[in-house]
Amino acid sequence: MIGGLFIYNHKGEVLISRVYRDDIGRNAVDAFRVNVIHARQQVRSPVTNIARTSFFHVKRSNIWLAVVTKQNVNAAMVFEFLYKMCDVMASYFGKISEENIKNNFVLIYELLDEILDFGYPQNSETGSLKTFITQQGIKGQTKEEQSQITSQVTGQIGWRREGIKYRRNELFLDVLESVNLLMSPQGQVLSAHVSGRVVMKSYLSGMPECKFGMNDKIIIDKAGKGGVTNEAGKSTSGKQSIAIDDCTFNQCVRLSKFDSERSISFIPPDGEYELMRYRTTKDIILPFRVIPLVREVGRTKLEVKVVIKSNFKPSLLAQKIEVRIPTPLNTSGVQVICMKGKAKYKASENAIVWKIKRMAGMKESQISAEIELLPTNDKKKWARPPISMNFEVPFAPSGLKVRYLKVFESKLNYSDHDVIKWVRYIGRSGIYETRC
Amino acid sequence: MTDSKYFTTTKKGEIFELKAELNSDKKEKKKEAVKKVIASMTVGKDVSALFPDVVNCMQTDNLELKKLVYLYLMNYAKSQPDMAIMAVNTFVKDCEDPNPLIRALAVRTMGCIRVDKITEYLCEPLRKCLKDEDPYVRKTAAVCVAKLHDINAQLVEDQGFLDTLKDLISDSNPMVVANAVAALSEIAESHPNSNLLDLNPQSINKLLTALNECTEWGQIFILDCLANYTPRDDRESQSICERVTPRLSHANSAVVLSAVKVLMKFMEMLPKDLDYYGTLLKKLAPPLVTLLSAEPELQYVALRNINLIVQKRPEILKHEMKVFFVKYNDPIYVKLEKLDIMIRLASQANIAQVLAELKEYATEVDVDFVRKAVRAIGRCAIKVEQSAERCVSTLLDLIQTKVNYVVQEAIVVIKDIFRKYPNKYESVIATLCENLDSLDEPEARAAMIWIVGEYAERIDNADELLESFLEGFHDESTQVQLQLLTAIVKLFLKKPTETQELVQQVLSLATQDSDNPDLRDRGYIYWRLLSTDPVAAKEVVLAEKPLISEETDLIEPTLLEELICHIGTLASVYHKPPSAFVEGSRGVMHKRLPARTGSGEGTECPDVGNAAGGSAPEAAPSIIPSQGDLLGDLLNLDLAPPTTPAVLLPLLGGDIGGSPAMGAGFGAAPAVMPASLNAPVGGGLGDLFDLGGGVGMPMGAYIPPKTVWLPAMKAKGLEISGTFARRAGVIQMELVLTNKAMSVMTDFAIQFNRNSFGLAPAGPLQVLTPLGPNQTIEVSLPLSTVGPVMKMDPLNNLQVAVKNNIDVFYFSCQYPISMLFVEDGKMERQVFLATWKDIPNDNESQFQIQDCHLNSEAASNKLQGSNIFTIAKRTVEGQDMLYMSIKLSNGIWVLAELKVQAGNPNYTVSSGTRRDR
Repeated sequence: MIGGLFIYNHKGEVLISRVYRDDIGRNAVDAFRVNVIHARQQVRSPVTNIARTSFFHVKRSNIWLAVVTKQNVNAAMVFEFLYKMCDVMASYFGKISEENIKNNFVLIYELLDEILDFGYPQNSETGSLKTFITQQGIKGQTKEEQSQITSQVTGQIGWRREGIKYRRNELFLDVLESVNLLMSPQGQVLSAHVSGRVVMKSYLSGMPECKFGMNDKIIIDKAGKGGVTNEAGKSTSGKQSIAIDDCTFNQCVRLSKFDSERSISFIPPDGEYELMRYRTTKDIILPFRVIPLVREVGRTKLEVKVVIKSNFKPSLLAQKIEVRIPTPLNTSGVQVICMKGKAKYKASENAIVWKIKRMAGMKESQISAEIELLPTNDKKKWARPPISMNFEVPFAPSGLKVRYLKVFESKLNYSDHDVIKWVRYIGRSGIYETRC
Repeated sequence: MTDSKYFTTTKKGEIFELKAELNSDKKEKKKEAVKKVIASMTVGKDVSALFPDVVNCMQTDNLELKKLVYLYLMNYAKSQPDMAIMAVNTFVKDCEDPNPLIRALAVRTMGCIRVDKITEYLCEPLRKCLKDEDPYVRKTAAVCVAKLHDINAQLVEDQGFLDTLKDLISDSNPMVVANAVAALSEIAESHPNSNLLDLNPQSINKLLTALNECTEWGQIFILDCLANYTPRDDRESQSICERVTPRLSHANSAVVLSAVKVLMKFMEMLPKDLDYYGTLLKKLAPPLVTLLSAEPELQYVALRNINLIVQKRPEILKHEMKVFFVKYNDPIYVKLEKLDIMIRLASQANIAQVLAELKEYATEVDVDFVRKAVRAIGRCAIKVEQSAERCVSTLLDLIQTKVNYVVQEAIVVIKDIFRKYPNKYESVIATLCENLDSLDEPEARAAMIWIVGEYAERIDNADELLESFLEGFHDESTQVQLQLLTAIVKLFLKKPTETQELVQQVLSLATQDSDNPDLRDRGYIYWRLLSTDPVAAKEVVLAEKPLISEETDLIEPTLLEELICHIGTLASVYHKPPSAFVEGSRGVMHKRLPARTGSGEGTECPDVGNAAGGSAPEAAPSIIPSQGDLLGDLLNLDLAPPTTPAVLLPLLGGDIGGSPAMGAGFGAAPAVMPASLNAPVGGGLGDLFDLGGGVGMPMGAYIPPKTVWLPAMKAKGLEISGTFARRAGVIQMELVLTNKAMSVMTDFAIQFNRNSFGLAPAGPLQVLTPLGPNQTIEVSLPLSTVGPVMKMDPLNNLQVAVKNNIDVFYFSCQYPISMLFVEDGKMERQVFLATWKDIPNDNESQFQIQDCHLNSEAASNKLQGSNIFTIAKRTVEGQDMLYMSIKLSNGIWVLAELKVQAGNPNYTVSSGTRRDR
């Protein structure tokens, strides 16, 4: 199991050091600093073995978090734990920075004592941790409150406490998708996938039971088949469904129920959380197409022309569009002409950055540039990194639609209809690249 | 309020100031001071001098302050054990607190204080907390048992905490169950042979129920524990798989990977024609792909595991090639791993795509990545024959870029392509030769030289090319030198007339001017070959070479199987078994995949599995294994418990004996004539036969007679004699203490130095009454084998310290190795067979025992008394051959073959043991 956890600043000074196992000595702190943080050659793996001791590290801005162990631990668990630790810290005191860590070191030690015991991760749900790790002491609690805390920390529904009340029962659903593309210069899709998240903000009273439905192909087909027997082939919804490659769910979702019935039911945590993640690869709507044209004119000049085409309903507007065209390292000057938006050569980033605020669907725009090169005797050719793109569109490129989100709370007197629900779709570019 | 100020106090005299503040009356000031102390502790300053002052702050109702003091205690208690006792009362009191959070805090902290005296006080509170009404306290107490076990294993066993912990597996609260499972799994790891977890269908059912309800971390503990279980048949295996598959949709990647581990393992047992088997295979792919959208560090762990999974079951991800395409912004460690998997998945169906990608990568910036990409192109050529031509032309394109390391890497792989497809692509040699000058890495130079030598007859100026390398012969690396030597000899055999001078030059360089024995030897061999029989030389040097295989980079199958059992863990990241990087006893246990067993006769699988399924004949003791049996046995091999390599060779080398305790020469003892170098072992074993029947019990274990270990003169009048015995599975040290002094002796205690087999007293020396002058007392001291281990010389040497009211006395004695032979040393026949085969000859030794007048039957019975088990017997030409196994208390197996010839009183014993990886 986890033998110890250290947090360092960018200089390699220890900010937090908590050792859980006897086999980890103080020298482990220095070993990591010397061999990883101060290493002459940047370390090329997040797992490092130094003298039979293994170190796992992640970096958050310039802070290093390292877990150390001498045993054959579950490596995936260690990283998941480190991410979770970052989340917990962030929700207590915001950004993970040297300043914040020093200011909250007592709190961090208290958290580390609670969420790791003998190196075994325990409850790490911020919701329940905040009920008893407060830095204010827990003197004033009654016996009932205490036992409520412990039963929540250890219980089946560790993510929600009882007795939550809202005057207005409301929930917000965001379908956030990032669409990823790798396209060849000839316009052939080399790989494309959407990784999506359903993020929910719920302000609901009591212990509501929720049921979430979307246009998942498997469900629709099932329902459709049922429909065929009943209404003789009148199923209409079949077309609109999407094939989901895989999805993962928040701790609160009953996985066995999803496995058997493919229904998503859960008791939601209070406030904001991520309900599910999913991935699709079929029938993705690629919001933009990038057509590059790079021509080498002699040894000291490049001509670049890039056309972008928007590929969605004309009534919709894409925002925050940015096209990044890499330039060779020996670029001496660039002239750019674009019809729409603004384009600039940024020498420090070795790229031409072309920004367009808004663009409607089914439109086309173009940029052309002349790049002057300094003559070099460098034998190595320019690697021609891909042209990348950023944007935001008000629809889900995977085609996912929320069909319903039903709320049942049998003990309190509000029904599904009384809950105010909001749904929003945002599609963003993930890694959206076209090779040139 | 900011706490960062605590980090900045670096002035002198700080400790004194802190001391004053800690003793201040004001609560706030106290708390501030403790915070400063903790901050100093964090940055590595020694603040142990403040121990009493900090501990004084412990009695407080401020929980934050209390936690800080506890943190301090955990760090420094070990260095100040006596003062740590001061804290005990507060702990014990806190364990009774009405607030469950405080009770849990106390028991949690107490377990982290590794001071023996405190541990004693911990037992009672812990016992209460394990049965606490509050689940939070119980779940904390469960982990505390593991902590205590780490400090004092014996105490935990004696106090019966293990049973209580087992009961917690049936607890109503899922988190308590999960922590109990984690604690038990950890304890079981250090006792590989104990059946602590006692997994059976009922307990498995409990675990599976808790799996649905507990936290993500708890699910990981449970899944990792489940992975150690071996279902009875394919039905049970399937039903567990069905209940584990929902975990594949969990948001926590570690839960997913642990579930994958369980499924990969249990799948082994399912018949391949089962529908469910196919369903399961399909279900595994999507979650594995999803892992690639996690954070980069997790992607890395996932990719290392996928690398194993695609080697074990390529069918799972064969359609998912695209997701392993490298993204421009992937961290380098992700890129390199993806590349590896791309090659593993490359097939005729997707090779065009893969090649296009690889070519793209070869123009990237990172040198390591580019090299690997170029090498990958070569591997594709070797793996997918249809693509070879395209690969070669891609490589030639890359050579045209003239980027130094690309060219070198390309040449190295082209050499391999030549080896795989001879006489096909030699037309490219000209292009390669153009780049001769730019090669500066040994591997590339060696590859180029090999090509020139191999195809010397087609390269007009081969002699010039090779000659140019010869100039700086002594500055080249060995690899290049060897290659150059061979290449020139090849050239000479092909074109003898023009190259005589050249070959003489290289031979003299290699044989006369070189210090490298490999090079010299090779040079001499060529020289002699060429001078005696040029025809033979031609046959040898220019012989047809075997084609190279396409999968040289695969992980060796037994290691792969073991690694599959460790999916998700560090072992799977390093691609090494845990024993390679974990110290001590933990993790040394080799895991293996279960063999496929049919629940009925109907499910037949023609492959490896069926031998282990119990089809091997039980009764007939035929010793010659059939092919099938052996294969099955190979699977079972790792069943053999851990062995400690360091002890192995000496055991055979014979320094076991030479000890009076083991040696011969007493009473009506057999005349043991040492044979060859293993004499002492023979001596020890000879005693076991104990043929005279004079000493010892007829059927029991062999017990040597008592000898004087500590003469009275050396120990101020205390004389100690004794012997060792093994009674009912317990090793006993039987001591006779005689007081030959004038005064009364009291307060006896005993201690052992570290020794080869970790022998340690299992309890105190029970001399309760004072020992008067001229009095004698017989004591027997039970020993355990869980003490610290250090190799002794001779191996069975034991250094003992005995204390009484007068002084401490030291002596050393030697124990018969036979008392370490444990009761469960009867190896399964199948395992025995395979293990026997697996023992290298070097590890085997042979000696004779003479003058033994027992027949084989009686000998076998007698040996059984000392836990030497006869596994099989056969009779060959009037000789009885007994095959026997012995297991030592530290898990080492010794196998022996005993030849008994009727009428001949001399026995021949061959014994051996396997040295583990």
